[in-house]
Amino acid sequence: MIRFEGVTKRFADGTEALKDISLVLPTHQLTVIIGPSGCGKTTLMKMINKLEKPTEGKIYIDEEPITEMDEVQLRRSIGYVIQRIGLFPHMTISDNVSLVPRLVGWSKEKTEPRVRELLDLVGLNPETYMNRYPLELSGGQQQRVGVVRALAGDPNIILMDEPFSALDPISREQLQDELQNLQQTIHKTIVFVTHDMDEALKIADSIVVMRAGKVEQIGSPQELIDEPANEFVQNFIGTERIRRQRSFGERRVKEYIALFDAEWQGQTQEVSLDSTIDEAFRVLENSGLERVAVADRGAIVAYASERHLLQAALLKEEGV
Amino acid sequence: MRNFIDTLISRQDMIQSAFMEHIYLSFVAVAIGIAIALPTGVLIARYRRYAEPIIGVTAVFQTIPSLALFGFLVPLLGIGSTTALIALIIYALLPILRNTYTGITGVDSSTIEAGRGMGMTRTQILRQIELPLALPFIMAGIRTATVLTVGIATLATFVGAGGLGDIIYRGLQSYNNALVLAGALPVALLAIGFDQILKWIEKRATPKGLNP
Repeated sequence: MIRFEGVTKRFADGTEALKDISLVLPTHQLTVIIGPSGCGKTTLMKMINKLEKPTEGKIYIDEEPITEMDEVQLRRSIGYVIQRIGLFPHMTISDNVSLVPRLVGWSKEKTEPRVRELLDLVGLNPETYMNRYPLELSGGQQQRVGVVRALAGDPNIILMDEPFSALDPISREQLQDELQNLQQTIHKTIVFVTHDMDEALKIADSIVVMRAGKVEQIGSPQELIDEPANEFVQNFIGTERIRRQRSFGERRVKEYIALFDAEWQGQTQEVSLDSTIDEAFRVLENSGLERVAVADRGAIVAYASERHLLQAALLKEEGV
Repeated sequence: MRNFIDTLISRQDMIQSAFMEHIYLSFVAVAIGIAIALPTGVLIARYRRYAEPIIGVTAVFQTIPSLALFGFLVPLLGIGSTTALIALIIYALLPILRNTYTGITGVDSSTIEAGRGMGMTRTQILRQIELPLALPFIMAGIRTATVLTVGIATLATFVGAGGLGDIIYRGLQSYNNALVLAGALPVALLAIGFDQILKWIEKRATPKGLNP
């Protein structure tokens, strides 16, 4: 378990990258830290292996404060995958993967089988790839090596800093799938930083949404979709995505009239009182207008915007 | 031509010893140049705010015409091979220093961060990542310095340090073109030879993975 306690990061010029953050990243889970660029998500993650140091506050790994730990030892005990792959171009794949084991002094007899095992784990044939150099591999293959390099020393914690962001969409999807499968086997505590909500929703056990140095919401993907804590989270997940991930069933427009505006100036498209929320969404989308007019036998009773419909869709069942 | 060959044969001993002196001067100058410039380059790559002034100083040395530099040094150090060596070392510094600095600072910062994040110490990062990746640049600097030094070492004769410059100078004084050539040709061959050898080493020094 990784615990942040009142962590603040202030730079020399006085800007605060992180503001009094307290949170817990549970063991054996894949936690995604997400937020727009500059929100402090990478800074937060790099504090775990002391690449960044908090101005105030403390960080604990399994209730031990990391300030007490030697940074080199700490880093060797934590897997680290970085954004632009960061493989060493002058070392073979085998040398890259075995870096941490060599740093901590594993014997050759122990290291080599480990390298083979790891390459097998991500579908790279050891015979073919061990003695190649990183630049001879495709981007996707390189990042697979990047991932298993982080696993080599058998760390309990793995930090991943936007590891798939530089890949093409197809490789990215593949690696996300592989990471999910891998996590089923290895059950590590993974901290994964990204700005890609699709990625977060797909792979996360829990998601930490950040903005401007603060945590906006922590929850499982489903919780975030069902109950975004505020407008920011809702916008960040995106209306589109919430709709795609949720089914609104047979809920009908007429149940939510109270949410809608009674007055509206401007062009509209009519939907009937009996249509479902889904249908209203579709009409709104196809019309390209801002609102739909809800009509009861020809008379317009309310005007609904996309936001209104979304609120309706997000209302809990008991509200009906 | 005939004359030239005769000169070569009759002055064989003199040419041979001048040739050896020349190699000695160049080699020692470059070796000491490396011993000074390489660690300095590593240091200024780490403490970058000193980089500009230090490279600047060596660049100023470089702009002093070589004959003038020998001239400056004689009143200070007298004549002899020490004076010649010091002048040659000063010329060898800049290319090695600048290339070491450029090579190390040019290593991709994400590569360094990966090393740091995985728990490599600064020394390990320097020895296992920065230096191997900067090696092609450093070797190119040494190559430039060597060719430069072999050329400038011909001026060592003016401070009484010998070398092939002696032969050329003698030839000029006695209007003996064959003798001038007997000095100049080995200098050119030496420069080309060193350059080729170092080129080969440079190629070998380039880490394999860098140009697949």
